[in-house]
Formats: sequence, structure tokens, C-alpha cells
Amino acid sequence: MRMWFVCRFCCPAAQSNSNPEWEAKVLEYFKGQLREKESHSWVPSLNDVPLHYLKPNSLVKFRCLVQDMFDPEFYMGVYETVDPSTKANVLRCGKYKDVTECGVDLNSRNTVTAERQTFYCVPIPGESPWAKEISFLSAARVVPSTSYVPSRQKRSYEEDDDDMDTQPQKQREPHTEPHGNGDSKRQETEAPSSQTTAPSDCSSHLDLNFPLPGERGPACLVKVYEGLDSFKLNDTLEIYGILSVNPVLTVLGEEKDPSLLLLNPTESMETPEEQRAHDPPASLVPRLHMLYARPLQHNNPLLPSAPTEDQSAFVSSFLVEMASVRAELLAYLTHVLLGDGLAAEYLLLHLISNVYTRRDVLPLGKFTLNLSGCPLNSYTERLYQIVQQLVPCSYRLSMSLHTMNSMRLVPKKDYVANRLVSGALQLARNTSLFLDETQLEQGQLDSSGVRNITALGNLISWQKVDYDFSYHQMEFPCNINVLVTSEGRSLLPSDCQVPLQPQVTPPNMEEYLTTIHMAQFTSQINKFRVYLSLARTLDYSISDEVTKAVEDDFVDMRKDDPQSVTAEDLHRMLVVARLLSLSLGQTTLSRDGWMRAKHIDMLRRSRTEQQKSLNGNEP
Amino acid sequence: MDRSKISTPTLRCFVETGPDHLCILPSEVDMSSPLMYGTPSSRVEGTPRSGVGGTPARQRPDLGSIRKAPQVDLHSEPPSADGAVASEQALGQKLVIWGTDVNVGTCKEKFQRFLQRFIDPTSNEDENAGLDLNEPLYMQKLEEISVVGEPVLNVNCSHVQSFDADLYRQLISYPQEVIPTFDMAVNELFFERFPDSILEHQIQVRPYNALKTRNMRSLNPEDIDQMITISGMVIRTSQLIPEMQEAFFQCQVCAFSTCVEVDRGRIAEPAVCRNCNTTHSLALIHNRSAFSDKQMIKVQESPDDMPAGQTPHTTIVYAHNDLVDKVQPGDRINITGIYRAVPMRENPRQSNVKSVYKTHIDVIHFRKTDEKRLHGLDEDSDQKLFTEERVQILKELASKPDVYDRLSSALAPSIYEHEDIKKGILLQLFGGTRKDFSQTGRGNFRAEVNILLCGDPGTSKSQLLQYVFNLVPRGQYTSGKGSSAVGLTAYVMKDPETKQLVLQTGALVLSDNGICCIDEFDKMSDSTRSVLHEVMEQQTLSIAKAGIICQLNARTSVLAAANPVESQWNPKKTTIENIQLPHTLLSRFDLIFLMLDPQDEAYDRRLAHHLVALYYQSEEQIEEEFLDMAVLKDYIAYARTYINPRLNEEASQALIEAYVDMRKIGSGRGMVSAYPRQLESLIRLAEAHAKVRFSDKVETIDVEEAKRLHREALKQSATDPRTGFVDISIITTGMSATARKRKEEVAQALKKMIQSKGKTPAMKYQQLFDDLRGQSEAAITKDMFEEALRALADEDYLTVTGKTVRLL
Repeated sequence: MRMWFVCRFCCPAAQSNSNPEWEAKVLEYFKGQLREKESHSWVPSLNDVPLHYLKPNSLVKFRCLVQDMFDPEFYMGVYETVDPSTKANVLRCGKYKDVTECGVDLNSRNTVTAERQTFYCVPIPGESPWAKEISFLSAARVVPSTSYVPSRQKRSYEEDDDDMDTQPQKQREPHTEPHGNGDSKRQETEAPSSQTTAPSDCSSHLDLNFPLPGERGPACLVKVYEGLDSFKLNDTLEIYGILSVNPVLTVLGEEKDPSLLLLNPTESMETPEEQRAHDPPASLVPRLHMLYARPLQHNNPLLPSAPTEDQSAFVSSFLVEMASVRAELLAYLTHVLLGDGLAAEYLLLHLISNVYTRRDVLPLGKFTLNLSGCPLNSYTERLYQIVQQLVPCSYRLSMSLHTMNSMRLVPKKDYVANRLVSGALQLARNTSLFLDETQLEQGQLDSSGVRNITALGNLISWQKVDYDFSYHQMEFPCNINVLVTSEGRSLLPSDCQVPLQPQVTPPNMEEYLTTIHMAQFTSQINKFRVYLSLARTLDYSISDEVTKAVEDDFVDMRKDDPQSVTAEDLHRMLVVARLLSLSLGQTTLSRDGWMRAKHIDMLRRSRTEQQKSLNGNEP
Repeated sequence: MDRSKISTPTLRCFVETGPDHLCILPSEVDMSSPLMYGTPSSRVEGTPRSGVGGTPARQRPDLGSIRKAPQVDLHSEPPSADGAVASEQALGQKLVIWGTDVNVGTCKEKFQRFLQRFIDPTSNEDENAGLDLNEPLYMQKLEEISVVGEPVLNVNCSHVQSFDADLYRQLISYPQEVIPTFDMAVNELFFERFPDSILEHQIQVRPYNALKTRNMRSLNPEDIDQMITISGMVIRTSQLIPEMQEAFFQCQVCAFSTCVEVDRGRIAEPAVCRNCNTTHSLALIHNRSAFSDKQMIKVQESPDDMPAGQTPHTTIVYAHNDLVDKVQPGDRINITGIYRAVPMRENPRQSNVKSVYKTHIDVIHFRKTDEKRLHGLDEDSDQKLFTEERVQILKELASKPDVYDRLSSALAPSIYEHEDIKKGILLQLFGGTRKDFSQTGRGNFRAEVNILLCGDPGTSKSQLLQYVFNLVPRGQYTSGKGSSAVGLTAYVMKDPETKQLVLQTGALVLSDNGICCIDEFDKMSDSTRSVLHEVMEQQTLSIAKAGIICQLNARTSVLAAANPVESQWNPKKTTIENIQLPHTLLSRFDLIFLMLDPQDEAYDRRLAHHLVALYYQSEEQIEEEFLDMAVLKDYIAYARTYINPRLNEEASQALIEAYVDMRKIGSGRGMVSAYPRQLESLIRLAEAHAKVRFSDKVETIDVEEAKRLHREALKQSATDPRTGFVDISIITTGMSATARKRKEEVAQALKKMIQSKGKTPAMKYQQLFDDLRGQSEAAITKDMFEEALRALADEDYLTVTGKTVRLL
């Protein structure tokens, strides 16, 4: 059974709109259907399927980040049309649609004005290629192949389209809608010609406002009808909605008669920039009328996404394996970090860290790691590639002087175009931000460079980004895992610094890392991926007994030398203990866990001390 | 032109009252029906009647151009039923405007009665300054109009509401019908009273403060065509747009001219010349058409109104005629106007429409909320409205005996202990009472409490600052490292659009009436710091640059945090020596706290418990333990606005005693231990404590707490490490009295030693130092030796050149 009845539901439903409950019923119906097992995999995804293969007015899904929220708009919820020949009045429904039917009677008193809001959504920034690929393959319901071959997929999609077509056609016949026919014509003419061009290619010359440079994929204007307050900027959502690519939306903006503007100044009020931002061509930025949206806890396609029984079963089955996977991952990371086991341990803890709550201004659970003493010459680049293979979302910011001075990190409101111009720090939750400080050279930071560094510092210390609204700043909390690689101690603050102590010095670094990477089977890597995403979602608690033990310990430590352990150290050790327990799949802190945390923190500290005495000029 | 491009979604228009009516009472309809009111034709013809007629009416594009003859669309249902009702009622002399329940006559009468009778003895609006509050308010305003000649009458809607709720409802629901009626009423009344006054045009009524005041977020389709008041910030203003009101056509053949009014954005071009009957001979003459001014203004909702995690909304506002250019980007304003929605029609050649409306507000009245912020006090605009229940909750809280402790523990609960510091910051948040002595020439007394936190790095100073910054509405957070003097004060820049010099204010000015949090105070450059001298005592900022010389108010409390120079606090040194800040600046802080590790076992245990709890307690548990941040915010805001405590007799006595006591402590040892500045601090703290209790009187308990807190802070910051005594001169002169004494002793010893050596004109520096060290009992450092040399050099006893010391 397919979801093709959308058209039927939305277009002619207006006739029956004397019944105000139908809207609620429609939503209920869709939610019910989507709750059913597997059903969401039937819905084609905008992320995976090129736009021209999707049928207009069909149900699609989109995995995205809310990049900007536009002003609410009023639309004709119900309106009346007059047939010019028969003079018959027909009531119609405007919900889930962009364009009205012909012959709207604007003076009709049956018009009902309703409100909706538009969100500008982009694909999740920094989504790793593997995550895209796996979700693509699972969604396509074809035999998983090892490589991403678009032409192959297309074949299968065409077949899909065919068999999809047969069903709705039958249903649609009794209600022939003029626009419906137009759409299918459009589909026929366009599909074969553009088979070779990926949609992202043509979008390059239009600024789609992606947070990260070099991103591809469709951006989307999502029309939201319900629960406006429940959505926040930077939320990651999976949106199910009705696709609208009506060409009318595209043509209009361009051929505007200037003489008209004088007399109807309401339309001239929008600057061309604003128009471009708010009404981009529908073929590039399709409209999606939201039926239902699911907030995503993570975008790892290997994990069941909904918090259902499914997931808890999955979790409990994986928990058994956890310790062994951890050992394997640790071994892998140790190899990657040139045989440094301690650094590998810390990297692992960093990768599963997560801001789980905030106490007034203090974010708890963040664990920014500074790997100092990294070998130069593309080692960090390689390291990033390996991290990227493990986490679903990541971005490497090479902190060269030029990028720091020229790049926009903090999103800024552009009042002329009336949109939020994105910056590299507008990231989804749990994105791994890899700051490569080894790229920094001598020189002077200009004022924007200083601002960028300050923004990074704020991000690390408070897990917030102050968006620039030109007249004031607005604080947006975030949850980003920051990993700083540097030669010496980083100039940015961090929760914990680990000087890297390579045990091996391979003559050819690249070859060394490539061999390590190649030695892992995909299944093995997949296990790591599941492990990292899963460990983050586990609950955690500390029993009274252990609390007592920790307190005693703290008092003892301070007895010997009060300077040796400060409140800040305790903070860090508690985070380490938490992450260490979770990494082993333990949801409560045990005494052993605490001792281990203390132990590795001591090892790390002695190492930093040593480093300090080695090069005395370090602060 | 297309017909369907027009109109608001719910079309409302007037039904002609019928020709009979017109015939019977021509003069009545002529002037008193809004049908005729203010149309361009009346402006031209202007029947010379006494008073009103002589003054031209002026179009009100802000109310829309709908009040014309009925425009019944052919396609829509003819409003037969309503029309019938209306005309029936017309027969029975009960005429209502179609689509509303407004009867012009009654409405006018009611409003005139309102104008003549309304008295608001409790009014405290600035606009009513100088008016007799026991006389009818608006009659006085009319008198003002006759004198000043500005034909605008601002009417506070809350006045209308309290006078006649029904009239108010009509005004809110049908502004575009009711306001013209009001105009008419006012003009009749005005010209009756002042028949000889000459105005530029007829008086226009501008209602404001519609009680339906909303934030932008809560506007919804129900508000369309209603009068609303919203607040926001101007972010962009457009150029002036001339909007055609009346098109002038001239026949190309016979030069016959005719005027056509613009109706809902359209002009019906006459197809045939009425004079010579030539078709399509009429051409539009732009120069002779009538235009009115219009400006588009974009307003963004103010940051306070927004839920966290969302972006601010914007709304388009149209200002007309004299409201054009009244506001600038950056202004915070309250707008009263009519909310409109117009269907979008993207392409005239296509018949299907985008199903979206464009919304905007036609402004009737602007009110800037921050107009006087840079100058005098404006308690009004800061006044947050509290609901009855909220006030009740706050008062209940205030009546609890332990409110002070409760509030201080609610402050930054994630930071452990430091009770006194939190109490100090709490008092800072409340502040003292403002006193104005400008009459007697001393100017304003500082009411703000300044606090400096110093201590080891990593003792959550920054966290405390961040918390305070997030708590107060007008807080600023800067870091000493990153800020320059201009960033703190103000700078002059050229506005790229207007090419005018604009004063951009910095953190200190922006936090006027708030708190400026300065982290890493010690890393601030000296020039930047010097700016603070003026701010922290006089509470003003003087600027003289680029031809702008002015003094800005900066009544800000400063909460600063400083790290010791040696990265670790050295308990053997004084505060000054530890943080290396000039004592002139330090003495301006009311309280200086040290945030040090207490290093004691019980403390450690409690700290550990607190921290561990942070990591496992659930959100709800925390909520129970502590006061909600929102309550705390409201509590502070309420106390700051409504409570102005004054010293009572006992309290002043207690303060005097406290001051005398403080002076006494030092006098025994021959040093000054308190200065008037300390007394002022005590008074401020006592007042703030009274505010915490919501008390209008400063009582002895307030003084006691102020004394205690002040003493605690002094104990921490002004204890002379050498003697263990609290010594205020450490803060005020930068050196403890004992240290000064010691310095003199060393100098004397050195002098004696040199004298004992007999006549040696020159000595080796190192030699002398060693000798002195050998002679003295106490250890003498190189610094001390050098200081002694300098002291002797000042006495002209010797000079130091390089490594040799010469006697003079």
C-alpha cells in the first residue's frame, strides 16, 4: 500500500470541508500509517532521490536541519472559486498548497484565513558520506552495493515510479484536476532530459545558504501548519510532507512588470535579495508542506531512529557486545594515534561525549579534547578522515590564518534579504567539529579573525553561539563535540589536553594510516559506528554509595596537597568517569569506574606536567 | 487593470443611506457621514461653513481608502440582506455602518462626551506634564492644539476603555470606521470652542496604547483589520514612496480635465472624454495628480519577547504623511495601527493566485520607548507590567523572613558556596536608591554597587559573571582582553546609508541601568581602564571626538573579575600587589571579594557532594531545591522599579556609629581606616538590602547586614598580610600603613648607615646593598633597598647613577 492518496486527500477534500475535523483526521491517518513498521521506508526521501524523479504533490520525506525560520504567513485556508463559464461557486481548500485554483473570488465571505510558517531547511550539515550512502541504500530497497552508483539507482527508481503510477491513476480518475495533469506532463518531459545532471549541479550558482562550504543537496522551504512553537532553530528533523514544485512559483518572480510596482507598492517592498531568498525557483528549492515531523536524536542510519520497542531491543542486544567492541575500537584508535593508548582512550571518550543537560549557564557533559603534539604534514587531515568514517556528522575547520580571518563562523542576520546567513558554527547536535590548529601560522588576526576565535572559545566553554542580529546578539545553545589538534597547547580553551606520545614513527605516515584503515572490514567499522552513537544515548546515574566514596576520595586527595586537585579537576574527573562507564555500557558509576577514571586522569596529568617541564616556555 | 487585485479579505464597505436620506438632510450627510469625510473632493470643494469647513481636511491613508461608495463586486453575493437591514434602520434613525455595529451619530456623541468629561487624576504620563489633572484632560489638549497649531490629538485607548468600554470595543474592532468619526467629533468640538484658530488641516485623532497590546508573535488572522499595538525594533526604513491619491487626466483633444480617485490601489481610467466624447483621449498628467507620502518600515520583535531557540519575527509597517521619517533603524517603538492582509498576486497574466496574503500594519501612532534613555531617568519604559498574581507571589516571597538567604542561594546554584559573594552580587542586582543632589550642586549620587572578584583561576568567576549577565535584562559581558576603550564607551562612525555621523554606544553605555560584567579585568589596557574612573563614580561618560562632544549616562553597576598576576594568589601579598590594579580604581569598588580555595576538609566534602550531585540529579530535583530563575528576575525587576527605601532615624544612627567605629579601628595605630567612600558604600548596601525585603524604610537590620558584608569583604581583600590587621589604606592608597612605615624605617636606616661611613662621595651600589642587609635585622629585599634609595633621592640626599651612589 502506498501513500499516493495524498493528492486525493488534499485537493478535493475542500468540498467536504463543512466538517472541520477532517484536517485532524488526515493528520491522524498519516501519523498512524507512518507509525507502522517499515512504512516510512516506503516514502521516497528528498535526500536520496533527485528532485525530478519525485512526483509533485506526492508524499516525501526529508532529513534536515532547520536553518532559518521565516515570518509567519497568512494564506487562504478555504476559498471560493467561480467558474467563468458556469458561474458556479466552489469552495476549495488551500491547506498544503502553494497556489490556488483559477478564478478565486477574493470578496467571498466564505474565505477563511489561516496561518502557517515557513522554515528554510537544509540537509544536515557535515553529514558523513557513509551515513548518506547507507541511508540511501536502505531507502532505495535495492540490493546494497558497495559503491554509490547513481545511474543504477535511477533505474530502480524509474521502475518504482511506474508501479507507483498505476495505483494512484485509478484513484485519481474520478477527480480529474487540471493541475494534476499539468504536473504529470511536466514529469514526462523533464525526466529523460535531465537524467544525467544531478540536481546539486545546477544549484551551485544560487546561494542556498548551507552552513558549511562545499555542501550539496537540496534545500527546502518547509511550510509548517501545526505545533509551531515546538520547533527550534537548528533542530534536526525528519519531515514527512507533500512536495510542491509548481512551476508557477518559479516563473513569477522574474518577469515582473515594473509599471505594476508603482501602483501596488506592497509587492515592491520586497527587495530583490529578499525575493531571491524567500521565493527561490521551486525546481531548486522545492516546497514541502509538512504533515508530520519527527525530531531526530541522531542521524546514524545504522541505528533504529525512533525510540520504539525496536530500539530498546536493539540496545539491549548490543549492550552485551559493547565491551568487546570497545576493546576493538580502542585498539584501532591506538594504531591510528601511533600507538598511544592513553590518547586513544581519551579520543574514544570524546567521541561519545554529549551535553546532556544545562545547569543555569553551565553545560554538563561536554568534553572538549585538545590533542597536542600532533605530527605535522597531513597527519591531522588523515586523522580527520578516520574520525569522519566513524561519526555520522563532522566538519574539519582548518584554522589557518586566512580561513580564520575570512570565514564566517557565526550566522548573521541579513536584513536586506531578511534571512539568517549561515555560518560554519550552525551545526546539528553532536556534530564532531575538528579544529586543526596545526595549520595556524604566524601573522595577524584581523577583527573578524578575533571575533571568530572568540566565537570558538565561547562554543567550547559554554556550548553556545551568539548569532549576530546586528542590533543585538542572540544566544543559541548548541551541542557540538570539539576536538582540537595542535602542536603545542592550543590557544583555545579545552576541557582536557592530552599530549600525543607516538610509540611508532612510521616512515610514511600516509601509507601507515591507509593500511590501518584498509585493514578494517566494513562490518567492523559499522559496529564502531553503532557503538559510538549508542553509547551517547544511554542513561547514567550515580548511587549514593559511590557519591560518598567520591567525596571521601576528593577530600583525601586535597588533604595531601590542596593545590593538586581543584573543583575544576573534580568536574573533569566526573565527566571522565561518566564517559568511561558509558563507554563500557555501564549505566551507573561503580567504584572501579571511578578509580579507573582517576587513574587515567592522573596518567594524563603527569604527562602534561612532563611536557611542561620539557619545554619550559609553556604557560 | 484587474479587479481582483484589491481589497482586504473581509471586505467591508458603507452602504449608501439612500437618496431620500440625502435629500432630507443634505447638510447632515455632507459633514457628519464618514462617507464624505476626508475625501479629496471635500478638500477641494470645502463648503465654507463656520470653523470646520474653513480648514481643509486631510486624507488619512493610514486608515485605508475603503470608505468610499460601496464597491459591491459583481461576483460576490449582493449584500441584499444587510443592505435591507441598514436601510430599514436608516428609516428608524438607527443608522449603522454596514458590516459593523457602529452608529455614526452615537459614536460621535460618545466620543465628544469622552473628550469633555474624561479626567484622570492619577495620570503620570510624561505627555500630560503641565496639565491640570483635575480638569478634563483632552479639553486641555485641544487648547494646546489651538496654541501650538499641531493638529494631532493623541488619545490613550485605556482612557477610552475606562470611560466607555463599548466605544473602546468599537474602536478596536472597526478602527477605519470609528476613527474618522472621532476626527469629525473632535473637529466639531474644536472649532466650536476655538472658532478663530487656524490649523494646517483638520485635527486627526491618533489613538495609541490599544490594550490589545501584543507582541508580534501573537498576531493571528483574527487581528486583521483591527487596531493593535505592538512593540518592536525598527530594522529598516525605506525611501519615501509617493503614493497616488488622485489621478489627474486631461483630454488630448479638448484639454478637458478630470480627476479620478485611487480606489484600493487602482485607478479607473476614464475611457471617454465627457466633454468632447472622444474615446481613449485622456492622458494621465503626473504633475497635477495628488500624491501622499508613504514609507515602509520593517520592525523586528524585541529580543525579550522571543521564546528561546527561535528567530525573531519581522513585520512590515507603513507610515503615512507626517509619520514618515519619524523613526530610525535601531529605535525601539510601540506601534499602534491597523493590521492588514492583502492577497498576493504575482502575475497579472495568470489567473491563479499564490494563496498567501501579504500582511502589514498601517501606522496610526508611533511611540518610541527608548527616547530618553540617553538622558534623564525613564522609569516608565522600564516598567515591566506585572500581573496581580505575580505581584502576589513576589510579595509572599518577600514576606518570608529568610528571603535574603533564599534569593542568594537561588543565584547561580551551580556554583558552590561563596555565600557572601553571592549575597554581595544579590545586593548589586538590587542596587541602592537614586538620590538627586543636583540642586545643591553635588549631582547624582551613585546608587549602583560595584563589585570586584579576584582569585585563583578556575574558581568559577567567569561562570558567576556569565550567570549575572544572563539574569539581568540590560547586561553586557565583555572580556578585558578583547575590549578596547571605544568598545566600552562609544565611538563615532559614518552611517553607510545616510552618510551621517552616528554615535555607536559601547558596552558601558548599553548596560545603562544594568550590569556590565568585565572578565579578565587585569588584562585590560591602562587606557581602557582609565575610562572606568568616570563611569564608576560619576556614572557618566564624556565623549569628545569627531565633532561630537557629549556626556552620556552610564549608570551601570560593574561586576569585574581579575586574576592574580602570578596566576596563583600569593597570600603573602596584599590585594594590590596580587592583582596589580591602580588603587584609584580599586577604591571605587564597594566590595572586593577574594575567591580562593578555603582548603578545609569539611568544605571539600560539601563541594564534592555538590558537584557530584550536579552530575546525576534530575532536572526536577533541582527545580524543587531552588527558586526559578524567572521568579528571581521578576523579583529583582519589581524591587528595582517599585521600591525606593529611605533611611529611617535608627538606621542613620547605626550608620554613623558604624562609620565612627571604622575610623576608630585605625586611629589607634595612627592610620586612617575608613573614608567617606566607605560610608557611601555602606548606605548603598543597606538600601539594597531593604529593597530585598521590599521595605520602604532602611532599618537597623539592613545596616547590620551591610556592615557585616562590608567587613567580610574587607577582611578578605584589605588584610595586611604582614600584620594580619584589616587596613583600608591598602585599597585607598595602594599600600598598607605598616608597609609605609616600614619603608620609612629602611630609608632612615640606610641614611644612618651612610652617615656612619663618614665622608665618601661615591659608593658602589651592590656594596651598599650588602652592607645594609648585613646591618639590618629584618630581611631586606632589593625592592625595599631601591625604594629606600629613591626616598633618599627625593630628599636630595643622594643620587643614583648606574651602579654608583653619590652623596650630594
